[in-house]
Amino acid sequence: MKGANSGGRFVIELDNVAYSYGGGDLLGDVSVTLEPGSFHFLTGPSGAGKTTLLKLCYGALHPNGGAVRLFGQDLAGMDRDDVALMRRRIGVVHQDCQFLDHLSVADNISLPLLVSDSDMLAHAPNLKELIGWVGLKSRAEARPAELSGGERQRAALARAVILSPDAILADEPTGNIDWDMSQRLLRLLIELNRMGKTILVATHDLALIRAAKPHVQARVLRIANRRVQLAGSDL
Amino acid sequence: MTFGLGQMAEMLRENGESAVVPRTGMTAVLTAFSAGAMAFLTVFALALSIATGKLADRWEAELANNATVRITASEAVMEDRVATVLRLLQTTPGVAAARALSSAEQRALLEPWFGPDLPVEELPMPQLIEVTEDTSGFDVEGLNLRLEAEAPGAVLDDHGRWRAPLATAAQRLRAIATLSIVLITGVMAAMITLAAQAALAANAQVIGVLRLVGARDGFIASAFVRRFTLRALAGAAGGTLMGALAVSILPDAQDSAGALLTGLSFRGWQWLWLFLIPPLAAAVAFAATMHAARRALRALA
Repeated sequence: MKGANSGGRFVIELDNVAYSYGGGDLLGDVSVTLEPGSFHFLTGPSGAGKTTLLKLCYGALHPNGGAVRLFGQDLAGMDRDDVALMRRRIGVVHQDCQFLDHLSVADNISLPLLVSDSDMLAHAPNLKELIGWVGLKSRAEARPAELSGGERQRAALARAVILSPDAILADEPTGNIDWDMSQRLLRLLIELNRMGKTILVATHDLALIRAAKPHVQARVLRIANRRVQLAGSDL
Repeated sequence: MTFGLGQMAEMLRENGESAVVPRTGMTAVLTAFSAGAMAFLTVFALALSIATGKLADRWEAELANNATVRITASEAVMEDRVATVLRLLQTTPGVAAARALSSAEQRALLEPWFGPDLPVEELPMPQLIEVTEDTSGFDVEGLNLRLEAEAPGAVLDDHGRWRAPLATAAQRLRAIATLSIVLITGVMAAMITLAAQAALAANAQVIGVLRLVGARDGFIASAFVRRFTLRALAGAAGGTLMGALAVSILPDAQDSAGALLTGLSFRGWQWLWLFLIPPLAAAVAFAATMHAARRALRALA
């Protein structure tokens, strides 16, 4: 891939990005930069474009205007395989998790290893450790459908980090789980940030943002009127 | 889009891709059944092609070398007339040999129509002279004129009138059999493409997940390609085996009269042609699924 290992100053950079869907402008003139090791929350009302912005950040959507740069590489110059390689450096956690239901939890978590031609045997201890880290040791052979909402989110987080990506993007990761489980997930994300990972969490849950305040230096971005604004000073 | 054998072998290697696609019973059955049915039909098309090819070659060879002179005359002059015609033929450039058929040989010619007990000697039968041409051939028109002048009642039949259309028909049958194989291959490709498209559409969510975790198009395509190729290979092997069994139990006839209808068989090395059918089906499935997968992945991007 062209410059796959070349870094930019920013992990992800949206430069005057516009995105329209179904004839309507969803985002306009959006500029966001995520520095390595930063922690950002992205908030805003439902339908404001949080998920869209996240998808723009990992190349699932292409902007109608402006530029998206991942690790300094312009998304516009990448083909689908380039985007796939870039995605291995960005772990994604969706609200609905998206698993392969016919595979076990352990197989789903190790899916990024399979698609990246990694040596599965060499990574086996890491996989075991990772499953333990997210608290799913006893559920490793279960099918995703047998997991609770919180367990699914933790499995999705484990899958997102198994390739040790530079950035983790989470879209409403606590949307379907109770408060205790949300706190547990938040702690895992904070732990990852302390390991140097760049974190972007899209959420409408302000309580979650407030709960993070004592533990992490995070910035809050708010989507309003098709633009992204800094919602306030550091928490 | 072109693929080398190396790429095909790499894609078919067991390396876990196919496990990411859930098994879908309907498309599996459809693919294997289509490949099996098409392979079965291909065996017969191949047998027809070989049989008609042999027939056309034989007829063409006979047409090129043989002719008959038919002498119709009263019993009183028949012997003189035969001697005249034989003498005339011996002096005709391009004629290698000429001989009068015996009564037994003439009876044998009529036997298929009238049975073995026909009293040929009691019937006003024409005498037949078998003429063998040399490689240069003779002047048909010139010989006809000489026969008309020197041996009234003698008519040259160069076999062309009835052999040529038969030989042409056999050649066309061979071409149709070959075309049938091409059409069968096309239909199989179309059916496997449809089955692959159905599988790809049914697994749009799987494709989404694979893309989310960084799978390249080649990885996703190979997960589907491997499965469809192996199904087609297995189905075609079964169909070919059944076709071979069916051909082997067909009645066999060595004579040229029954060659077309009862000569649908393989002899010796011709059976080796059948070993090509399953790999050909697998190659068609590979190309069809790869094409369908590439299109679907482009559309889903």
